Amino acid sequence: MEELIEKLKKEVIQQLNLEDIKPEDIAADSPLFGEGLGLDSIDALELIVLLEKNYGLKIEDPKDGKKIFHSIQSMAEYITANQKA
Amino acid sequence: MPEVFIAGDHVITSLGFGTSSNLECLYNEVTGIRMVPDGTLLPSPVSASLVDPTVLEEEFLDAMRSFGKDVDPGSFTHLEKLFIVSIFRATCDYPALISDQETLLVLSTTKGNIDLLEPGKRDRFPSDRIFLWQLAKVIQDYFGFIHPPLIISNACISGLVAILTAARYMQAGWFRHAVVSGGDILSEFVVSGFHSFQSLSQKPCRPFDTGRDGLSLGEGAATMVLSTSPLSFPGEISITGSATTNDANHISGPSRTGYELSLAMSRALSEAGLSPGEIGFINAHGTATPFNDEMESKALALAQLLGVPVNSFKGYFGHTLGAAGVVESVLSVHSLLRDRLIRSGGFAALGVPEPISVIDRAESRALRNCLKTASGFGGCNAAIVFQKHGL
Amino acid sequence: MKLVIVSYAGITPYGIRINEQSRLPEEKFSTFAPFIKSLYKEEGINYPKFYKMDSLSKLGFLSAEVMMKVVNPALADPEKTGVVLSNAASSLDTDHAHQETIRNRSEYFPSPSVFVYTLPNIMIGEICIRHHLKGENAFLISRNFDSHLLYRYVTGLFQSRRVEACITGWVDLLKDQFRSLLMMVVPAEKAVIAEGRGSWFPFSTKTMDTLFNQT
Repeated sequence: MEELIEKLKKEVIQQLNLEDIKPEDIAADSPLFGEGLGLDSIDALELIVLLEKNYGLKIEDPKDGKKIFHSIQSMAEYITANQKA
Repeated sequence: MPEVFIAGDHVITSLGFGTSSNLECLYNEVTGIRMVPDGTLLPSPVSASLVDPTVLEEEFLDAMRSFGKDVDPGSFTHLEKLFIVSIFRATCDYPALISDQETLLVLSTTKGNIDLLEPGKRDRFPSDRIFLWQLAKVIQDYFGFIHPPLIISNACISGLVAILTAARYMQAGWFRHAVVSGGDILSEFVVSGFHSFQSLSQKPCRPFDTGRDGLSLGEGAATMVLSTSPLSFPGEISITGSATTNDANHISGPSRTGYELSLAMSRALSEAGLSPGEIGFINAHGTATPFNDEMESKALALAQLLGVPVNSFKGYFGHTLGAAGVVESVLSVHSLLRDRLIRSGGFAALGVPEPISVIDRAESRALRNCLKTASGFGGCNAAIVFQKHGL
Repeated sequence: MKLVIVSYAGITPYGIRINEQSRLPEEKFSTFAPFIKSLYKEEGINYPKFYKMDSLSKLGFLSAEVMMKVVNPALADPEKTGVVLSNAASSLDTDHAHQETIRNRSEYFPSPSVFVYTLPNIMIGEICIRHHLKGENAFLISRNFDSHLLYRYVTGLFQSRRVEACITGWVDLLKDQFRSLLMMVVPAEKAVIAEGRGSWFPFSTKTMDTLFNQT
């Protein structure tokens, strides 16, 4: 899980063009939206693309996104639970 | 200051070729939005509003022959054919207008010949055809318009910006006539993009409805001819007010308050010398995305327009992007001309925060004017007032 | 109504020109991305959204940023400040990027953050967001920088009292060919509020052509 979290941090930084942010700046359980990294609606859609592109996971209902993308931790948990072996 | 009158028009959408055929469909509440199953616009089936390509070919050949300039149809792109047919039909009552020194051609498009980026189409035309100025030149040269066209590319408000710019240039005394034409085609480029925004509905869209779940994309072209006298067009309908504003909030999401759209509406009304209570009806942008329609309802409330009948046409032929402002203005003008309120397509029950008066059934009513609005990516908003002076 | 240009800025591969002062970048770059990033850093701007923009918007945003630095915010009501921009290539640079994401059905991942920039007027949105401008806005296309086009459009806005100030100009980019010129235009009597430079270029086609050709 730790490895996945570190990998996710780098991928999120890259996918969302968070140029001045380093993986160590992101706490695994910090909220990504609202205060956190100040992500917006386009970023939320980009995270959906990230999950599909890098992990083959398709989110059918965008409303599920709120829970899944709450934090890096919740993203990692979702991937671990749903990714086919 | 010269008055700017509507002198002619033409509309092309999935509902057909010609303003009358489109109007008939609107009166009969027919939608041209269908499932496009064969994976050409997206890997999966998608609901969209397409112009019949076979009919377009026939109309194009017919237009060329009638105009008296027969050229190899293969030398024009799909979008250019739409523009040429639309401009020809709109101006055919006034052939001399086209080559008049005092005529301005204004074109509106968001993506132009974007389908030429597709691997299969890349080599069919010279590479500079992808540029909007080249698309405009092709159209200018075909007809022989004297001045280089004014080209507007301003997301979904392009069509309204084109109309209001032409009107303002004429009011300034710089031109006596204008041919304003808007067009956009549906392509994998555009559909895939909106799909990535998760903003497409799988069914014909339902503006302002509680069950709305996204927009329907459409293609089309429309032309409005403007002149300092109404020429042969009935009703003495003129453009009496216009405004554009920017939300300055987010590049894709609409303002949460609707203030800036209401500002555009109020400014247009003020220029037209009208109070909110005097507006006959409003043709809104009404894309049927949850946020857009919500924002528009708030804007209407702020502009004190809650009691004014409002509709969206997008449930009938989808969101035609760069054509939308012109298509929907033409149809609104005819609605105004015929004292006929058109039902807002796809609407059953109100699903927006403010109690706007959505037209839920067609109705005959004496109408003196209407307000047309649009909003688009980049936070832009536009509003135009059309006034009927005659009977 | 006499109109003047109270501030202007232009960016080309050779550097920035702001109000008669040129600045070459500290390093030489052969491509746009590192060039604009270094200019951004040199200007000391703190605006993380910059990195999410496409190349065209970065060029327009930065040009506006440096141009507006010398403009007094009290110059005009932001709700009556217009933005009228133009270019030749529209958003073609980013269009290619979006097309790339859908080229291959087996690697089909269209990106909303790329697609949103496939419209040239998004750059106007970015400038309006940054400077809170809510007035008239329009994006025009012309094959080359057309001072007559901008002159007519902008003077029309002032004459009909739709704007109290207007940013106008050209921001064009396609791969590593790029060029911008942004100008803040106001009525002459307002210029004294701008800042104490004392003399301003008249807003005219001749001035615009001169500024465009020198940057």
